[in-house]
Amino acid sequence: MGDDDGLDDDLHARLKGYEGRPSTVAGAGRDPVNAPMIRHWCEVLGDTNPAYTGPGATAPPTMLQAWIMAGLSPHTGRARPYEELLALLDEAGCTSIVATDCEQEYLRPLRPGDEVTYDSVIESVSPRKTTKLGTGYFVTTRTDVRVGPDLVGTHRFRVLKYAPARRPAKPPERRPRPVVNRDNAGFWEGVRDHRLLLQRCADCAGLRFPWLPGCADCGCPDWDTVDACGEGTVFSYVVLHHPPFPAFEPPYAIGLVELAEGVRMVSNVVGVPYDKVRIGMPVRLEFRRYDDELVLPVFKGVTA
Amino acid sequence: MNVGDALPPLEIEVTRTLIVAGALASRDYQDVHHDPEAARRKGSPDIFMNILTTNGLVGRYLTDHFGPTAVLRKVAVRLGAPNYPGDTLVLRGRVEAVDGETAVVRVTGDNGIGRHVSGTVTVTVPAGGAR
Ligand SMILES: [Zn+2]
Repeated sequence: MGDDDGLDDDLHARLKGYEGRPSTVAGAGRDPVNAPMIRHWCEVLGDTNPAYTGPGATAPPTMLQAWIMAGLSPHTGRARPYEELLALLDEAGCTSIVATDCEQEYLRPLRPGDEVTYDSVIESVSPRKTTKLGTGYFVTTRTDVRVGPDLVGTHRFRVLKYAPARRPAKPPERRPRPVVNRDNAGFWEGVRDHRLLLQRCADCAGLRFPWLPGCADCGCPDWDTVDACGEGTVFSYVVLHHPPFPAFEPPYAIGLVELAEGVRMVSNVVGVPYDKVRIGMPVRLEFRRYDDELVLPVFKGVTA
Repeated sequence: MNVGDALPPLEIEVTRTLIVAGALASRDYQDVHHDPEAARRKGSPDIFMNILTTNGLVGRYLTDHFGPTAVLRKVAVRLGAPNYPGDTLVLRGRVEAVDGETAVVRVTGDNGIGRHVSGTVTVTVPAGGAR
């Protein structure tokens, strides 16, 4: 994300005027803290912590916000300044919302039967930012959650309220086509059949890749092929951040992969985050279909 | 529990079911968490996991490791690369500071497109409760 032309952003100046003003006054949880919602939560998240079941159960602390979600009902206690702030953003085309940060502090556990109330304040509104989703403003609120008079938790929440970037209506760009000629046609036929074929010199039996008309070692023009077994390791790699090319979404990792057979080839390393690719990382051959015509051999990182 | 201790990674399959069920369990009916068409209109290629589910998974990661007597004090997370259906989230943690029975654990969660979540968790582990 980056700063836009924030210098000339009258809207931001207006939005900033709402900092420090309330966003919720005397809001109330829709339901008391209760065992069924706790059970649903634990079931979904695969959380088997015994502290959350049986007599004396507590609610998972990270459910804090769940107890104050309005759901499909109208918000209780939503304050006028926050309504105005949201309306200003909506009018500016920032009609979508996505959460980016959540900071919670838990002062004491919540238990079934606890009835929570809450008050929130608008802490800050960022300058206009452009993200992958679109352009908008980060709005940070801080909520105090209480049971009776006791503060039980605090919840700082940041959302991006943004104008969705227009998705191009045209079909996605296609990868460039390989240049197939008399010397490498056999290789691409192999790829179509999900085989990675290496050339083998008929005279000295040396394996070679990429495909060439003759042996670089002994000059013999005759050859046959062997199937690569598909195992390899990253011999070297680069991560491409810039520039973006059509059909490629940076950042991505390009590996020089040493096949188990000893030859090396360049392809994408997939299946692991680009910044986790390392020299020596084991990889396995995989054939990926990129469109109705194009299948390419790529290498999937094998993580421990 | 010592500074530098690494928690074993936790792998979570990010299924469509987990995304939708997590949104419902947290009473989050934003359409981007259950309606792929609506998500696309809002600039996203598919539905994606809501922050409450990620927050819950981070909490679970810590209490799974430190056991049922561990008490979460603070959870602070920042989201990056969204969790789309079909991806795998790998949570990792490292103890960054220890003060008596309380530790600060730095947590990251990576998926196939990058860093989904990074943050810190403050957790108290009563003596004898730590593994
Ligand atoms: Zn030869």
